[in-house]
Amino acid sequence: MSDLPRPEELFASIDYTPPKADWMDVPAVIKPGRYCYAANPESVKYVGLPNAHKWNPLDDDWGLPENWQEIIFNGLRERLHKFRSFKIFMDICVRCGACADKCHFFIGSGDPKNMPVLRAELLRSVYRGEFTTFGKILGRFVGGRKLTAEVLKEWWYYFFQCSECRRCSVFCPYGIDTAEVTMIGRELLNLLGLNIDWIATPVANCYRTGNHLGIQPHALFDMIDFFCDDIEDITGIRPEPNFNQKGADILFITPSGDVFADPGTYTCMGYLMLFEYLKREYGLSVTWSTYASEGGNFGFFTSHETMKRLNSKMYMEADRLGVKWILGGECGHMWRVIHQYMDTLNGPDFQSSRMETPVNPITGTVFKNAASTKMVHIAEFTADLIKHGKLNLNKKRNANVHLTWHDSCNPARGMGLLDEPRFVAKSVVEKFTDMPEGTIREQTFCCGGGAGLNAGENDELRMMGGLPRANAVKYVHEKYGVNMLGCVCAIDRAVLPNSMAYWVPEVSVCGLHELVANALVFPGEKERETDLRGEDLPGEDE
Amino acid sequence: MKALYSLFLVFALAAIALVGAGALGMEKAFGLYIPFLAVAVFVVGFCLRVVDWGKSAVPFCIPTTCGQQESLPWIKQSTIENPSTTGGVVMRMLFEVLLFRSLFRNTKVDLHEGTKVTYGSSKWLWLGALAFHYSFLTIVLRHMRFFTEPVPGLIAGIESMDAMLQIGAPTLYLTDLVFVIAVTYLFLRRVVVPQIRYISLVQDYFPLFLILGIAFTGIFMRYFAKVDIIAVKQLAMGLVTFSWNVPEGIGVLFYIHMFLVSVLLAYFPLSKLMHMGGVFLSPTRNMNCASRKFRHVNPWKFENVHYHTYEEYEDEFREKMVEKDLPVDKPLAEGAE
Repeated sequence: MSDLPRPEELFASIDYTPPKADWMDVPAVIKPGRYCYAANPESVKYVGLPNAHKWNPLDDDWGLPENWQEIIFNGLRERLHKFRSFKIFMDICVRCGACADKCHFFIGSGDPKNMPVLRAELLRSVYRGEFTTFGKILGRFVGGRKLTAEVLKEWWYYFFQCSECRRCSVFCPYGIDTAEVTMIGRELLNLLGLNIDWIATPVANCYRTGNHLGIQPHALFDMIDFFCDDIEDITGIRPEPNFNQKGADILFITPSGDVFADPGTYTCMGYLMLFEYLKREYGLSVTWSTYASEGGNFGFFTSHETMKRLNSKMYMEADRLGVKWILGGECGHMWRVIHQYMDTLNGPDFQSSRMETPVNPITGTVFKNAASTKMVHIAEFTADLIKHGKLNLNKKRNANVHLTWHDSCNPARGMGLLDEPRFVAKSVVEKFTDMPEGTIREQTFCCGGGAGLNAGENDELRMMGGLPRANAVKYVHEKYGVNMLGCVCAIDRAVLPNSMAYWVPEVSVCGLHELVANALVFPGEKERETDLRGEDLPGEDE
Repeated sequence: MKALYSLFLVFALAAIALVGAGALGMEKAFGLYIPFLAVAVFVVGFCLRVVDWGKSAVPFCIPTTCGQQESLPWIKQSTIENPSTTGGVVMRMLFEVLLFRSLFRNTKVDLHEGTKVTYGSSKWLWLGALAFHYSFLTIVLRHMRFFTEPVPGLIAGIESMDAMLQIGAPTLYLTDLVFVIAVTYLFLRRVVVPQIRYISLVQDYFPLFLILGIAFTGIFMRYFAKVDIIAVKQLAMGLVTFSWNVPEGIGVLFYIHMFLVSVLLAYFPLSKLMHMGGVFLSPTRNMNCASRKFRHVNPWKFENVHYHTYEEYEDEFREKMVEKDLPVDKPLAEGAE
């Protein structure tokens, strides 16, 4: 982060006054720090996506195929027909501007093309100029324009400055969802091989090894085994997780980010401890999978078809192992895909008839809300266990934590998972304070790195986008002494530590099940001296 | 500039009617044929647009969830903001269409000293939009008295409510006042707020000026010029009963009013004003949010999709899996061939 200005400087540079010139006359200049590197052609090729080629966003020549305009027009026409959402969103925006200052990237950058309405206009202007009668005749006069290479570059730059968080769609009087526009925009760019590497390579990895990080089965086993060592050191209890076990009741799938980097790893240790506890106390039968070892889905950021291809592994693996239902870990866009896409995409093709409406075998609770998809969020599962008094919890072990809750955008606005994690959190910590209204629940802010934008090279963009969330955290930190930001998203756990370090260095980031595991008391465990991070536990009498 | 173009355009339209119905004496065209044609374009165009949208598929269930989902029985669901029943969806749509629920959430961002950002409540747009749409609706309903004989009680009732204050003669309609203020507000914010000015197009200013032109000509006719209302009603009744006749002496102002209304009607289906129909079809609002409970079926299929099967995966990694005692479907010897 050496090139990054200091927070005060970055903040001072935010200017909401748009330029004098009309936006169509302001060329998009691709700025280092705000864009992600081009996709590695090998990754694009591996999954068979079109026009894999080497290119650099800073070059003039992007290596476009000769007939690139035709490809885009055909793609656009096809999608207008396939997606009513897209067609309506192209047609009915009145440019009332309600969305303008709702985007975290606009709030943190002041770049007017980050106003959701203008981001959509980048595409809408071409739709108008090339597809509507009025626009074809009157052109620029009615806000229509032709598709040029400059326009295409502008699309690329700004559709990869949208994290598909849907906050704007909450405020739009017609529910126009920029995520939908960005998704289609990126799908069109992918027809020309113009993905970013932070998405394309995880997609290829996930296709091959089952997870974004490209962790092969033996390595995944070793990594989890290593967590078990740590858990044994801290608690005296050694979890014995199952992998690829046929005949298990439940298949557990979580984002691979939790296996890979702190503080997600502590959340992963939390899952392991919870399952071990439930196995010992109640005989719960859960298996992990190495083949379906990814909850997240970067295909979602590439195209609907790629999303389907990656997601299919969940049902295929559930079928192969013969499980009754699937339990999903803490992840953001993973849950938008599961809640709103999975059953439609892959249910008819791959969902096994042996799967059942999920029932918590310990409490008997029937998860009727997951009757068709047959997949339950771990916050729903744990909340149910706690409500039924099935977990022995000691909040005092988290006494040094003053928690606030970051509603991850996709579970909030693409699902509505708001009170389950809060219930769990409040059951395991003593001090909990929500951030101000307007920054949480359905109005929550993105971490700044969602939808595949958590690369290293776009750090300025991420810090700008992270400002609104960090600003609300700073408020509760200064006013109430909050020192921990909890979330149910692996991308959050990767992005927020950096953005906290930059804007509010006194606050750390954790997942929900890290806190659960810290509070969870195993029968016969040794007296714990540290929490899962290896930090001293607060004194019992403090 | 774009605002000026639009203003000029509306003046030009008024001039066409002025010359056409006034100097050239084409009262029949401006009083009957053009309005009739405009209504036809509006009705047919509106339907075509909606049918065209209807022809596009809804492949996925993508509502924006704006509250707590239905999950465990003891967690209070937000049944309107995150509906899991048809009744809930209907309620959500009613709130959206009748009360502009989403616009009511509007906030305004501000930057302060010391890297601080605040979000203040900002209900003006909501209020302005609500005032505009409801006064417009009332005005349209009021006008039905020109097209009905006898005038239905409901319409007469609306009219007398609207004239409740009994100010002046003819009595002032409240909605006329509210309407002009609301349209002026919607115009001014487009010019004054820098971001809104930046995104505004000619087709954002044009309908505002057009509507304002309609309002001003109407107001002028009623309160100042005091046109022959009996003759106007004769013409209007003639329009709806298809007995084409143009009474004498209505005055050119009326024809300008009629022409601008006609332009608005004909322009409607071609423009962003179609949000009136589109709001009902928006998939982020009109779908059931319980998408894990009920399967949404995509009407089209992905073709020639390739999957990476478990068999392919195990074939590549079998050796490494066996090494860690991970279960495999085929024993190593077989796979190592």
